[in-house]
Amino acid sequence: MAQIQLENLAHSYLVNPTQSWQWALKPMNMTWRQGGAYALLGPSGCGKTTLLNVISGLVTPSHGRILFDGRDVSRIPTEARNIAQVFQFPVVYDTMTVADNLAFPLQNRGVAKATVAARVRQVGHMLGLEPIMNRRARGLTADLQQKVSLGRGLVRSDVGAILFDEPLTVIDPHLKWQLRAQIRRVHAETDVTMIYVTHDQTEALTFADSVVVMYQGEVVQIGTPQELFDRPAHTFVGYFIGSPGMNVLPARVEGDRAHIGSQVLQLAQGIAATASDGKMEIGIRPEYLRVERGGRGLPVQVRRVDDIGRIKIVHCLLEGMPIAAIAGEDAEIPADGVMLVPEQTQIHVYCNSHRVE
Amino acid sequence: MQKPVDNRAWFLVAPVFMLVAFNAILPLMTVVNYSFQDTFSNNQFFWNGVQWYVELLDPRSELGERFYESLGRSLAFSAIILAIEVPLGLMVALSMPKRGAALALCLMLMALPLLLPWNVVGIIWQLYARDNIGLFGWTVNAIGIPFNYTNSAVSSWVVIVLMDVWHWTSLIALLCYAGLRAIPEAYYQAAKIDGASRLLVFLRIQMPKLQRVLTIGILLRFMDSFMIYTEPFVVTGGGPGNYTTMLSINLVKIALGQFDLGKAGAMSIVYTLITLSVCWLFYTVITTREGKEGAAS
Repeated sequence: MAQIQLENLAHSYLVNPTQSWQWALKPMNMTWRQGGAYALLGPSGCGKTTLLNVISGLVTPSHGRILFDGRDVSRIPTEARNIAQVFQFPVVYDTMTVADNLAFPLQNRGVAKATVAARVRQVGHMLGLEPIMNRRARGLTADLQQKVSLGRGLVRSDVGAILFDEPLTVIDPHLKWQLRAQIRRVHAETDVTMIYVTHDQTEALTFADSVVVMYQGEVVQIGTPQELFDRPAHTFVGYFIGSPGMNVLPARVEGDRAHIGSQVLQLAQGIAATASDGKMEIGIRPEYLRVERGGRGLPVQVRRVDDIGRIKIVHCLLEGMPIAAIAGEDAEIPADGVMLVPEQTQIHVYCNSHRVE
Repeated sequence: MQKPVDNRAWFLVAPVFMLVAFNAILPLMTVVNYSFQDTFSNNQFFWNGVQWYVELLDPRSELGERFYESLGRSLAFSAIILAIEVPLGLMVALSMPKRGAALALCLMLMALPLLLPWNVVGIIWQLYARDNIGLFGWTVNAIGIPFNYTNSAVSSWVVIVLMDVWHWTSLIALLCYAGLRAIPEAYYQAAKIDGASRLLVFLRIQMPKLQRVLTIGILLRFMDSFMIYTEPFVVTGGGPGNYTTMLSINLVKIALGQFDLGKAGAMSIVYTLITLSVCWLFYTVITTREGKEGAAS
């Protein structure tokens, strides 16, 4: 079991990074709770795989320390850390049977034969691999192979954390849910820390108790799915979580008023004047914009309405800038004279992309 | 979708069929034809039935003795060079640099022997291995080991085996190198996490993944070495005595030296059948073994 702490951790593939983009991981401090189910969410190239590899020891960080239960493991090789990793493409030992695959990590560590057999049986049972224990791993379907590779992590009793690097990428869509549910179940049964890297928000939100959103080598927010949705700490979080993402509009903020072009928005509470140095933006989710005809709100031109069944997504232009709103499936969208009425408490103010409280 | 059936479409295959007939089937049939006939001179041929084949396959006859002896030599040669080139090529591939200028240099140096024409390689070794003016032959003699490929069977075999290893090991190495590069990094990372030793990484990851390229490599090297002609012919001319007279050299001697077209024809057919059946056997064994383990991988 392990609680994982990152202390001023940073990584660059260059020797002397000077510019911000040269960091694969910008300096960060965080703690992964023992037994937590975390999702590491971000677009391709944001550094999430690097972070995962730093934790598992496949990459040695250029700066800072990693602590497992208070023990510094930054320079300890992968095989000596109590960690397992499941990769994007299923990694199995082709010529070995499923049972031998599961036994492999234990045999390499010199575990007694009887213990190995017992652990293999137990893990085989947990993952529902019993009927195929004596088949060679080569011929198995991708989802079974992925289970085998997860099993190789679970079989070690010393494993404190299992890291998943986009493990469902090559799995058939109808099996994805099943496999993810099984990973969740395994998590509940075993109480190992799980860190799950993905760029798919649905996957992250359904898997994790706590979602870590990364953007350009930086952790921009850690929170429950609800927190990420309701209070995005960074414009990227607002944009990345939710479909469609949050509307982010450049604005001039004075006290409790935001000016968007010639329009004025009343904010729920004012912000300190000092916080308004820098690039100011306001963000509001399409869910919190009501489409009305006339009335008080932001006058927009409707460009397109996507009826996706349960709801309608209304794409509009506000002062030439795109803005989206969500309307009920029965809502009539008038051709002109449309106003978007925002929910006042759901308007967020961002300074240099970070949320201002 | 209903596919229209029109047998006239077969005519579209006719050009290819004619081409293949012209350059493969007809020449082969000419050989088959000769193998059933005897001739004295003046293009006068007589039907001889399967007599040449009977003689060829009978080890007590003069022709049979020559055939079996040279067949044995050819098989021994193929076995020896495969036993050396496959492990050696594999080792070279495993120890090659992964990237950078060193890799480029390695690849270039290794590709070099593959580009040389067979008789050039033959001439290089013919000179290199001479006991009087050849660096290799002279050095071996200088350190006290008698070495002269013109009068010693062992010396002549050492030269032609070394020459083949020198010429073709890079083929195996390059094939294996390509195979190794195709293994995703995740396999090595997983092996690290599983605590696998270097040996286990080789046995459980690299060897299984190399199976396909090794199959191809062994097949190519077997066929090439079993049919080898030019190099030993240039170096030893089949000698001393008949010690390095491979099947191919024997065939040419019979066909062009003695002008026994019937015997040579029969020998050619048997030669071809041996090559084909060994390749077929080899390929079938490998593919069915893979098939049993499941085609998907």
